[in-house]
Amino acid sequence: MIELPTLGWQSIVILVVFGVSLLIATYCTYAERVIAAFLQDRVGPDRAGPFGLLQPLADAVKLFTKEEFFPAGANKALFIMGPCLAMITALMSSAVIPFGNVIQFGNNVFNLQGIEVNIGMLWVFGIVSLGVYGVMIGGWASNNKFSLLGAIRAGSQNISYELAMGLALIAVLMISGTLSLREITLQQSAAGEWHFWNIVKQPLGFIIFLVCAFAETNRTPFDLPECETELVGGYHTEYSSMKMGLYLFAEYVNVFVASAVMSVLYFGGFNFPFQYELRDWFVNSQGWELMSAQNLISVLGLLGLFGKIFAFIFFFMWVRWTLPRFRYDQLMRLGWTILIPLAIFNILLTGGLILGGIIK
Amino acid sequence: MQSLSNRAKKLEAKPMTLAERAYLPAIFQGLSITMRHFFRAATKKQVTVRYPEEQRPFSPIFRGLHVLKRDEIGRERCTACGLCAVACPAEAITMVAGERKKGEENLYREEKYAVSYEINMLRCIFCGLCEEACPKAAVYLQADKMAPPRFERDEFIYGKDRLVEPVSPDARSKRGIQLTPEQAAALAQRMAQPDFK
Repeated sequence: MIELPTLGWQSIVILVVFGVSLLIATYCTYAERVIAAFLQDRVGPDRAGPFGLLQPLADAVKLFTKEEFFPAGANKALFIMGPCLAMITALMSSAVIPFGNVIQFGNNVFNLQGIEVNIGMLWVFGIVSLGVYGVMIGGWASNNKFSLLGAIRAGSQNISYELAMGLALIAVLMISGTLSLREITLQQSAAGEWHFWNIVKQPLGFIIFLVCAFAETNRTPFDLPECETELVGGYHTEYSSMKMGLYLFAEYVNVFVASAVMSVLYFGGFNFPFQYELRDWFVNSQGWELMSAQNLISVLGLLGLFGKIFAFIFFFMWVRWTLPRFRYDQLMRLGWTILIPLAIFNILLTGGLILGGIIK
Repeated sequence: MQSLSNRAKKLEAKPMTLAERAYLPAIFQGLSITMRHFFRAATKKQVTVRYPEEQRPFSPIFRGLHVLKRDEIGRERCTACGLCAVACPAEAITMVAGERKKGEENLYREEKYAVSYEINMLRCIFCGLCEEACPKAAVYLQADKMAPPRFERDEFIYGKDRLVEPVSPDARSKRGIQLTPEQAAALAQRMAQPDFK
């Protein structure tokens, strides 16, 4: 039975997470342009507002005022459903991510998390798998060969890389013994020790997970579903106006969620080094109450997690403007003959290390 | 096939080393290169400029927008001989000649002058042959001005209103070039005299 204050709190958190996801996706478009510009020795957008910070608004105005185009012979209902599905699934997965530790007001303790479910990781995987339907349906409903090709590529790519991703995840689950993202985070919070983060125990698994995350979010070097040079634009060739905008937005929300999941699984989530020492220092030397010191640590952890997420988002963009796109057969070979065997090897290795008592 | 010159270089496809096949070292190399460029651009060494505010310096021999010069007392130098139009490889110049009337000696230097003088900036290739052809040193291509972009094609046909350099020292036109301070002072002195024509 969920109590009323908790329910109200969860609604607030979900609304905030929703808003923050959209805000981050909005400014990802700006960040992508600026980072792309800097990586290529250019200036980037600087006309709209100070440093071009209002550029996303200008983009939104542009997208909303564009003509809504429906290609001849397109299935109109499915054509509209495609971007909606992509956006909905992208936004749903951030509900279970623990953005911070507990906040305490008097006797009420609140989680800085939308919903705490004990199958959090399965929820994320399930929703991410559904995400490919947005692309598939949109590409199919466009009545365009390029769109269909892009959609087929998206489907096969996402299914192939989900396998390796899941196998990489299994190694983490063998260590943590739980699917709850909050539990996984808390297990990485040994006092004062950053090296209890899972990245230390799972370096190989992290690399596999990272590569698969690039493929799952359709980012370069695995952006074959879009693939401007071959497929004109892939699944969103026929899309215009804000329907196109929703697809682009969904991609950035996916990048945000993938960054958050990687931070939680491998980089300690909201934990940061010496957090308990800092809390005890506030309590013992500064005479704070334990409650307010813990709240402060939670807020700092929240900021820390967002720092990790932004670092990952930057990495996504950095890689995009560095690496060229894979060829389709290279993509499939990498997924099926390299990443999946590596992930299985990683599971065996982790199992051996656990049996040998080296990691736990 | 037999090689004809015996200079053909034998190429062997070497098998890739493990490091090459693992992709990752090469990827990190690439990432470090782009990161170097990121910091270079972030510390204000971009190769592009913020155009309307910043402009790249023109070359001193740049051939830009034309100007029809006046002489030192403010009379138009052009005598409408048409040599510039003949010299123009792009046929961008047209003019109509007229005879100077009595009392217009302070306006036109020669007895014949250009009633209208038009240059089509869309045809012009800015080669500078008109400048070389002019016997009266009337037409020049400025080194510091370009024909700005416009929305309509007919706006690119520059007439005398936009080509002739402004007459008085304080007639500062956006289109014409300004006199140097010495020129302006000399012109003002001449115009102040009672026998100024």
